[in-house]
Amino acid sequence: MKRVGLLLPALFMIGFFMLLPLGLMAYVSFLERGVNGGVVWGSYTAEAYIQFLFERDLDDSLLLNTDYLQIFLRSFTLSCITSLLALLIGFPVALYMALQPKPYRNLLIFLVTVPFWTNLLVRNYAWILLLRNNGLINDLLQGLGLEPLRMLYTPFAIGVGLTYSYLPFMVLPIYASLEKIDLRLVEAAFDLGADRRRALTRVIIPLALPGIIAGTLLVFVPCLGAYVTPELLGGGKSLMIGNLIQNQFGAARNWPFGSALAFVLLGIVLLAMMLYLLRFRRTPEETT
Amino acid sequence: MAESAAIELRGLSKRFGHAQEQVTALDNVSLIIRENEFFTLLGPSGCGKTTLLRLLAGFEQPSSGELLLEGTSLAGLPPYRRPVNTVFQSYALFPHMSVADNIGFGLEMQGREQAERAQRVQEMLALVKLHGLENRYPAQLSGGQQQRVALARALANQPKVLLLDEPLSALDLKLRKEMQIELKRLQLETGITFVFVTHDQEEALTMSDRIAVMQHGQILQIGSPKTIYEQPSRRFVADFIGESNFLEAEYIAANDGWAHFRLPGGVELSALEDPLQGYRNGQKVTLVIRPERASLCDAGSGQLQGVVENVIYLGTDTVVYLRLDGADTLFQLRSQNQYGAATALGVGDHVTLNIAPEAVRVLTD
Amino acid sequence: MNLSSRTDPLWRFAGVRPVTVLFFAYLYLPIIILLVLSFNLNDSATIWTGFSTHWYGVVLGNDDILRAASNSLLIAISATLLATLAATLAALGMSRNTGAAQQRSTNTINGIISLPLIVPEIVTAVATLLFFVLLGLQLGLLTVIIAHTVFCIPFAYLPIRARLVGMDASLHEAAMDLYANEWLTFRRVTLPLLWPGILSGAMLAFIISLDDFVITYFVAGAGATTLPVYIFGMIRIGITPEVNAISALMLIVSIIFVSLSYLLGRSRSSG
Repeated sequence: MKRVGLLLPALFMIGFFMLLPLGLMAYVSFLERGVNGGVVWGSYTAEAYIQFLFERDLDDSLLLNTDYLQIFLRSFTLSCITSLLALLIGFPVALYMALQPKPYRNLLIFLVTVPFWTNLLVRNYAWILLLRNNGLINDLLQGLGLEPLRMLYTPFAIGVGLTYSYLPFMVLPIYASLEKIDLRLVEAAFDLGADRRRALTRVIIPLALPGIIAGTLLVFVPCLGAYVTPELLGGGKSLMIGNLIQNQFGAARNWPFGSALAFVLLGIVLLAMMLYLLRFRRTPEETT
Repeated sequence: MAESAAIELRGLSKRFGHAQEQVTALDNVSLIIRENEFFTLLGPSGCGKTTLLRLLAGFEQPSSGELLLEGTSLAGLPPYRRPVNTVFQSYALFPHMSVADNIGFGLEMQGREQAERAQRVQEMLALVKLHGLENRYPAQLSGGQQQRVALARALANQPKVLLLDEPLSALDLKLRKEMQIELKRLQLETGITFVFVTHDQEEALTMSDRIAVMQHGQILQIGSPKTIYEQPSRRFVADFIGESNFLEAEYIAANDGWAHFRLPGGVELSALEDPLQGYRNGQKVTLVIRPERASLCDAGSGQLQGVVENVIYLGTDTVVYLRLDGADTLFQLRSQNQYGAATALGVGDHVTLNIAPEAVRVLTD
Repeated sequence: MNLSSRTDPLWRFAGVRPVTVLFFAYLYLPIIILLVLSFNLNDSATIWTGFSTHWYGVVLGNDDILRAASNSLLIAISATLLATLAATLAALGMSRNTGAAQQRSTNTINGIISLPLIVPEIVTAVATLLFFVLLGLQLGLLTVIIAHTVFCIPFAYLPIRARLVGMDASLHEAAMDLYANEWLTFRRVTLPLLWPGILSGAMLAFIISLDDFVITYFVAGAGATTLPVYIFGMIRIGITPEVNAISALMLIVSIIFVSLSYLLGRSRSSG
C-alpha cells in the first residue's frame, strides 16, 4: 500500500535507531558489567538494580546505601519545585498574553519562543556569569554594601537555571488553552456576579486545566532528566539523575548500572505521560 | 422537445463505515437527469444529497448500483477522467494561483495550448462579469467574486454536467438572490446540465426545472417546482417545502369527482378525487392545506371554525393562527393584505374558513 | 470589536502585568548581559573596562572552533535534509488516513513519531550509544548524523502535518475535478501549499540539530566534536572572554534565524 511506503522512512529511522536501542538499553541493564567497562554479553544479573539501594560489603552481604536514592529524591524535589515556580510565573504571563490585541500578542509569543531556539548550554552559561562568587549579582550586592552570597554550585543555582531553561514550555501550552476559551464565558461569569478572583478560579482555570497540566508535564519531564544545568550550575556537587547516568558511561564505567538508571527514569516519565493521556485524551470533547 | 438522459442512476447505494457502525448515506436511488436541465437535489442536511453529488464527481465510489453519463458507465473512473466539473461549497479556489490561473487550470491539465487557455479565460471572465480581475488572488476577492471565479473555473472546461454543492450558502441574502438569477442565466446561456444541491427550498423553487426531494438517503418525490409545491406526494415533502396545515381525517365516500373526508370533530372536507387513488371506507388519511389556500368567509358558508390565537403582520401578507373547534392543532392561514380581511382580526375573534376542494391534498403516508 | 482580546479594566487581573514584566526581564537579562560582556575589552569575563571586538577575532582565529563549527553545520544540514524528507513523506502518508477505523493506527503512528520528544534526552543518548557500540559502528560524524536525524523528525513533522491537516480537503478534490491526476495534483496544488510547512519544519530541525548537546556528547566520538560540545569543554576549563564571545555568536546566529522565520511567516500570512 502506498501509504505504508510513505511512512516507512520515518518509522524505520525512529523504530530502528530509537525503539530498538531503548529495548537494548533495558536488556543491558540486566547484564554483568565488564571489568574494563562495557558489559559481559550473556551474563544475566539484577546487580544493577540491587546496586541502586545496596552496596556489597567485603563478605558479599548487602548494606543499605541511600546515596543513589538521595540523588533521585533531589532530582524529584528540584523538578517539582521548578514546575511549581514555572507555573506560578507562567500562568499570569499566559493570561496577560491571551488578553492582548492580536498583533501585540503575536510579538509576545515570538519573544517567549526565542530562548527556546537559542542554545541551552549558552543560556545556562550566562547564569554562571551572574551567579558566581565574583559575578554580577555579587558585584551589585557589594556595591550596595551588602555581604556577597554563595550561589553558584548550589541547588538554588540549579533551580534558577532549570526554571529559566524550561519556563517557555509552561507559558506556551497554558497560553494555547487560554486563547481557545470563549471569553464570553468569562463575561457570563462577571454578569452572574463573579468577581475577578472567582471568574479566575471558577471559569478560567478549570477551562485552562489541560494546558496547565500539559505545561507542568513539559517542564517536569526535561527537569527530571536534566544534565546540562546541574553540570554547569551545580558544579558536580548537587548531582541529579542525568549526571549520575552520564557518570556511569564516563568515569565509573558501569554500563549496566547506567542503563538501569536510564530505564527507571524512562519508566517514571512514561508513567507520568500515561496518567496525563488517561485523564485528558480519553475525552477530547471535554478538552477542546 | 426530445429529451435524452444526461445522467442515469440505477439502484445507487453508498454506505460508510464498517459492519457495526455502518451508515447508509444513499439507499438504492434510481434517477434520470435530462440533458440541459437545471436539476436540484433538495433535502435537509444528512439526507444524502451531497453524497450523491460526490459520487457523480468521482470523489467517492458507490457501494452498489450503476452511474451512467450519456449512456456510458462511470464506474472506476477517477474524478480527473470525468467530463463533469464541480463548484464547491467552500469554492476551493487555489490560494496560491491568480484568478486567471485558477480558471485556466482545468484546460492546462488537459494539455490545451496557452493561447487557447488565455482566450477561454477571457471568455469566462466576461461570462461571469469579472473583467479585469484576472491577476488578482482569491484572498483579494469578495465572497461574491470568489463564487463567480469558482463558476468560471468549472465552466471553462465545458463540462457535460456541472455539479454545484450548495454554492450560495456562504453569501448574504441579497447577493444570494442575485446569484440565483445569475446561475439560471448561465445555465440557459451555456446549455450545460446543472445538478444543484441545496437545503434551501426557496432557492430550489426559484431556479430548478425539476427538483428531487431527498430524505434518509432516498428520493421521495421528483417533479417541477409547481408539482412539488402543489402536489406533494409525501408528508415530509409537504412539510419541508413551504408551510402546510396537516389535518388527520378519514375517508367517507366519493361522488361527482369529489372525495369526502371527515375530521375528528365531525366536520367534513372534500377534495378532488384522484382517479389513481382508491380509498377504503374509513381509511385514515392526512389532508394537506397550504395556508394561503384557505380563506376567511361568513359564518355558515365555510367548513372550519376556530378562535384566533395570534396575528402576525408580514408586510405583503398577514398570517393568522387559529385554534380549530374540536381540535388541538393550530391552523395557519395566510392572506394577502391588499384584500384586507385578515388585518382587522384580533386575538379571540371567532372566524370561519372556507376550504375549496382544489386546495386539499390527500396523503396516505 | 476584536472578540478575542480584552483590554477593558474589568479584565485587569491583579499582579498579572508586573509578573509578565519580571518574566521577560528574567528571560532576557542574562542573554543581554552575555551579549554585552562579549564585547568587553578586558580579559576578565565579567568586569567591564571598554568596548572591543577583540575576542570575536580570537574566536574566529581558533582552528578548533572553526572545525567544530563546520562539523556542526555539516551535521545540521545533513540531518535537516534527511529528517525533513522523512517527515514530509510521513505527513503525506498520514493524510491518506481518513476513515474512523484508521483512527487507532493514526494515533499509534503519531505516537511513534513523537517518541523522540517524550523520551528524556539523556535516555536517548545512552540507548543510542549502546546501540552503536553493539553494531560496531565507529563513533563519528555518521553516528551523530543518524542520531540527529532521528530526533529532528518529529520537529520537522509537526508543522508539516499541521499544515496538511489545515489544508481544505476540497482543494485536492477541486484539482482532481479539473483533470489533474494524482501526481499533478500533488505537484501543482499540495506541494506549493505545503511549502511553508516544510520550510518551517526544516528550520526547526536545523536549529534543534545545531543546538543539540547531550546526545551529541554521547555519540560524537573524538573526530566529530560539534560547537556545543566544544563550548562545553571550554566552560569546564574556565570562564574566559573567549567563551563569552563564542556563546554570544551562537546566540546571535539563533536569534537572527528565528527573527527571519518570524518575519517570513508574518509577511506570508498578511500577503
